[in-house]
Amino acid sequence: MTQSLTLDSISAHYGSTQVLENLSLAVGEGELVSLLGASGCGKTTTLRLVAGFLQPTSGTITLGGRDLTRLPPHQRDIGLVFQNYALFPHLSVADNVGFGLKQRGISGDAKTKRVGAMLDRVGLAHLADRLPAALSGGQKQRVALARALVIEPPLLMFDEPLSNLDAKLRIDMRVEIRQLQRANGTTSVYVTHDQEEAFSISDRVAIMHAGRIMQLDTPEILYQRPANAFVARFVGFENLIAMKVVERDGAKITAEMAGGIRLTLPLEQFGAIPDSFILACRADGLQVTDNAAMEGIPATLGLRTYLGRAYQYQAETPAGALIANGPLTRPLDAGVTAKLVPVPEQCTILAPEAV
Amino acid sequence: MTRNIHPLLIAGTVLVFMFLVGPLIIVLGAALSDTTYLTFPPQGLSLRWFENIFQIDAFRRTIFTSLQIALLSTVIALIIGIPAAYALNRHRIQLPGWLSTLFILPVLVPELVLGFSLLKNLAVQFNSPIYLSLLFGHSLIVLPYVIRVISASLASFDFSIEEAAISLGSPPLKTFFTILLPNVRSGVIAAFILAFITSINDVSISIFLTGPGLSTLPIQLLAHMEQFFDPTVASVSVLLMLLTVAVMAVVERTLGLTFLAK
Repeated sequence: MTQSLTLDSISAHYGSTQVLENLSLAVGEGELVSLLGASGCGKTTTLRLVAGFLQPTSGTITLGGRDLTRLPPHQRDIGLVFQNYALFPHLSVADNVGFGLKQRGISGDAKTKRVGAMLDRVGLAHLADRLPAALSGGQKQRVALARALVIEPPLLMFDEPLSNLDAKLRIDMRVEIRQLQRANGTTSVYVTHDQEEAFSISDRVAIMHAGRIMQLDTPEILYQRPANAFVARFVGFENLIAMKVVERDGAKITAEMAGGIRLTLPLEQFGAIPDSFILACRADGLQVTDNAAMEGIPATLGLRTYLGRAYQYQAETPAGALIANGPLTRPLDAGVTAKLVPVPEQCTILAPEAV
Repeated sequence: MTRNIHPLLIAGTVLVFMFLVGPLIIVLGAALSDTTYLTFPPQGLSLRWFENIFQIDAFRRTIFTSLQIALLSTVIALIIGIPAAYALNRHRIQLPGWLSTLFILPVLVPELVLGFSLLKNLAVQFNSPIYLSLLFGHSLIVLPYVIRVISASLASFDFSIEEAAISLGSPPLKTFFTILLPNVRSGVIAAFILAFITSINDVSISIFLTGPGLSTLPIQLLAHMEQFFDPTVASVSVLLMLLTVAVMAVVERTLGLTFLAK
């Protein structure tokens, strides 16, 4: 039942504005891929192109070998879950869920049975006769989910399905969505702007920016080894420092940054390091110390904030403003001169580019 | 719980009510008068002037014409207005802002001017049949009401509901009838009633577009008044009022009048 989705060199325009640029994406059978990005990055456009509500200017969309590109939306057989639920206000819960079956010529007992079974699965069997207006947000989203799943679509797509729910329910619902998706093995595309949501439920995540996919990988790789500066910043590498290798010595290299400051970095942690590179560090990856003997980036500390697990400092260095964390045992005041010591496990190496 | 209400406020309220209700009471009283001339307060009580309406052939015919024109022009306006309101709301972002104003123009232009230009440029120029010209004119003046009212109920309609239906396999045209229309039902009913009342009470357009052998009730009323000064005029007015009140009562029962005030 489930099928793979392929987008091949898709470009799309709103009037003369290009919103997608030569975008290619392959979602494997049974896989859940999230499109993650800020508003205006093209993630919803991508979803609407696949659904058929928008037409690409070029490129092809195929689902299980079937070319969807010119197919009208009602013939595409895709389950959609909307941000605002989009339930039919004049139909009962059962009729909402049964709507897609009715379009497929399934009626009578067969329909009642499938609707009943689906409502059981989302735990709403007791509300079958209610109108949507009488449901809570979470219940509405379950009905929307049931309505999309009951037609057993080869592809499910979610457009920010949890944005209108409160924080606690959001976490419960995303687990529920993932469980249902896994159990059915339905190929899925999930659009969201919430990084935690995307990372927690996806097999792979596509981070999008300005109509392009910046990186498509598993959440683990994205989080630890971003491929470029944009993704690095997106996943929380606050400090990007341009460096040049000045000396290679077996398992270590020495590299220099602006202001002539040198650091020694172990090769085993980073693998191959090109002659010119960017050292990307999370705030946790730069430890603040007032021990002047340590090798690190000399800094003048600025504002200190309390994170619970550490103190965070705004620091002025010859390489620019950086953000670094220091131990709770030793709070340092603004104006103190300190060293920022890179922690290789919390840092990664990026190819040089315009930062 | 008591509140201090300023005596001037009470006086003002009473005056406004008298201003609104007073003429209606006078017309109703005059219609029930037993005299052969218009008078208030009524002298004697009689329903004979109501009987008189149906005895005068011209009134009988024009009541029928008025109802027919009102019904047909309303249906025509709905057939044009619902899709137009749909398009204006569905594609509001892509469409230029002045486009929706364009559809309101017929009520902005003085109706006398509209009626005259329809007479000159339609009835005279193309020698179009009177009935068709009249129907066209009425459709034109009720169309803005239809579009306004349907737009108001579409403004709160979430079009992703329509997309949800389409994604579930319902073709767009079928979706329009099975999903969209049932959800703007109240708007359609309100539009129907408003358009119907507007048409049946219209004088300014009809006065230009009626002609030999074809007249509407308000026009016939005007003609009758030129010759007679009997309470028939008042009783026809009461009849029109009752029709309007009946229609408003239906609105009130289905949606509440607050809907129209929006």
